Amino acid sequence: MTTATQYTLAELCIVAASKAFEKDGEALATGIGVIPRLAASLAMKTSNTDLMMTDSESFMLSEPNPIGKRGDDFVQANESWMGFSRIFDNVWSGKRHAMLGPTQIDKYGQSNTSALGGSYQQPKVMMLGARGFPGNSISHPNSFFVPSHNTRVFVDGECDFVSSIGYNPARLPKGHALDDVKIGLMITDLCVLDFGGPDHQVRLVSLHPGITVEQVQESTGFDVHVPEAVPVTTAPTPEQLAIIAEMDPHNQRAYQIKDNPAGDRS
Amino acid sequence: MDKQMTATEVVAQLKDGMTIGIGGWGPRRKPMALVREILRSDLKDLTLVSYGGADVGMLCAAGKVKKVVFAFVSLDFIPLEPYFRQARQGGDLEVMEIDEGMMLLGLRAAAWGLPFMPTEVGLGTDIIAQNPDIKVIDSPYDDKEWVAMPALHLDAALIHVDKADKRGVCQIAGPDHYMDDMYARAASKTYVSCDELVDTDYFKDPAVARQVFWERSATSGVVHIPGGAHPSSCSPSYGFDVAHFKAYTASAKAEGGFQGYCDQFLGESEEQYQQNVGGLQAIKSIELPTY
Repeated sequence: MTTATQYTLAELCIVAASKAFEKDGEALATGIGVIPRLAASLAMKTSNTDLMMTDSESFMLSEPNPIGKRGDDFVQANESWMGFSRIFDNVWSGKRHAMLGPTQIDKYGQSNTSALGGSYQQPKVMMLGARGFPGNSISHPNSFFVPSHNTRVFVDGECDFVSSIGYNPARLPKGHALDDVKIGLMITDLCVLDFGGPDHQVRLVSLHPGITVEQVQESTGFDVHVPEAVPVTTAPTPEQLAIIAEMDPHNQRAYQIKDNPAGDRS
Repeated sequence: MDKQMTATEVVAQLKDGMTIGIGGWGPRRKPMALVREILRSDLKDLTLVSYGGADVGMLCAAGKVKKVVFAFVSLDFIPLEPYFRQARQGGDLEVMEIDEGMMLLGLRAAAWGLPFMPTEVGLGTDIIAQNPDIKVIDSPYDDKEWVAMPALHLDAALIHVDKADKRGVCQIAGPDHYMDDMYARAASKTYVSCDELVDTDYFKDPAVARQVFWERSATSGVVHIPGGAHPSSCSPSYGFDVAHFKAYTASAKAEGGFQGYCDQFLGESEEQYQQNVGGLQAIKSIELPTY
């Protein structure tokens, strides 16, 4: 397999993130945000053609839609209706994998989309609210995309508000096991992480070209398990880059990571 | 039966302290003309149940709200609703923050006359820790614990639809009816604003009848307000008003705040409001969003 020599960090992240959906089989892939959506689209067009996807509004598609304005003659490939009321029938069946970008993530994989600082009654910063995170996290696999890997996102201690369940023994519901929680990959601008360390500890899966273990550890508010050999994140192939370009004709991916750096920073 | 009313008559039937459900989703198909009529009234101490957008933000900013039951309050393309954010950060707002699906279950429980619906959603999160009114219970059938999502009874629901007849048969021709059917069923009274008032014969076409999501017995009043969802969308007729939402959001950081927004746009009637935002034709020509 030939890898491209010229690619952006965003494109590297899209390819790395697409791996999260490879083994999902016939499941709804929901990528919230440009890079997760392109990752799901790439997976659906290459590594897992059984994936399902929506138009981010109310229809299931047999082919992912390109992002942004499409030509007047564009006809999207609807295959069924999937309005918000029906989404929960899918979510609670478990046949879904979502990839989202929470504001905080802790060592347990608990995440926060709701509020920062202050008290719950009077948060310093009110954000979106818990949205569908509580239900997603207990019902189906979830992965995270973090465009700026730092200790404000990967916090020391627990998230200010826990919107989604993680591998925290202290919060484990009666009759549930920690292994029931399914968190896939965490793709950041520095590396790929998962929860495959001892006792579900966050583990370094691969480093993006030019990034060191020390950089990752310094930018993370908790200890990361580092295996003896940590590979470099695989570069995109020309074929993958072509599909990404086709799915993102307005190059919105260029605006997702600060300054749109090159993929290889060595 | 003729259920036609004016927006003023709808608001006259609402009382201080009521629990009011608002249909739509974020910036999409919100009954904003009815919300504006509440802004013009002296109603107060409301509890809102909503997949929230500017409906929640405006009512909070106007001091009408005691409590919000929400999973999110967002304008989507502007993720953080500016006035809801102010209200939360001010510390005076009571909240019941739940998952999007829990809200559906709470509305269903109310619609079906059940005290609660069991679910695993919320377990292991602060949704349970921060909501002492949401109980976790044992199951008679297994050894797990379950969340008992309480019924969300609504004194009134406010909904905007594309078309309705005077008896309260409502069509939602847009791509999603969201949870509006559950809002209609969970409420003691459901007031619907419609972009277009049609004859009953309009629903003879089975493809149209398929776009009616609750029976007319669940509709209490019908208000004919073309453009009544503005600045939210009423797909397929018109999209949400990006420029207006930007101005609304900017007003939260401007000196006059929400009062400044109201002075510029609200007016004393919906006719005045529509004049202030460029007229009905301008509303109806707003392009649909591309996701």
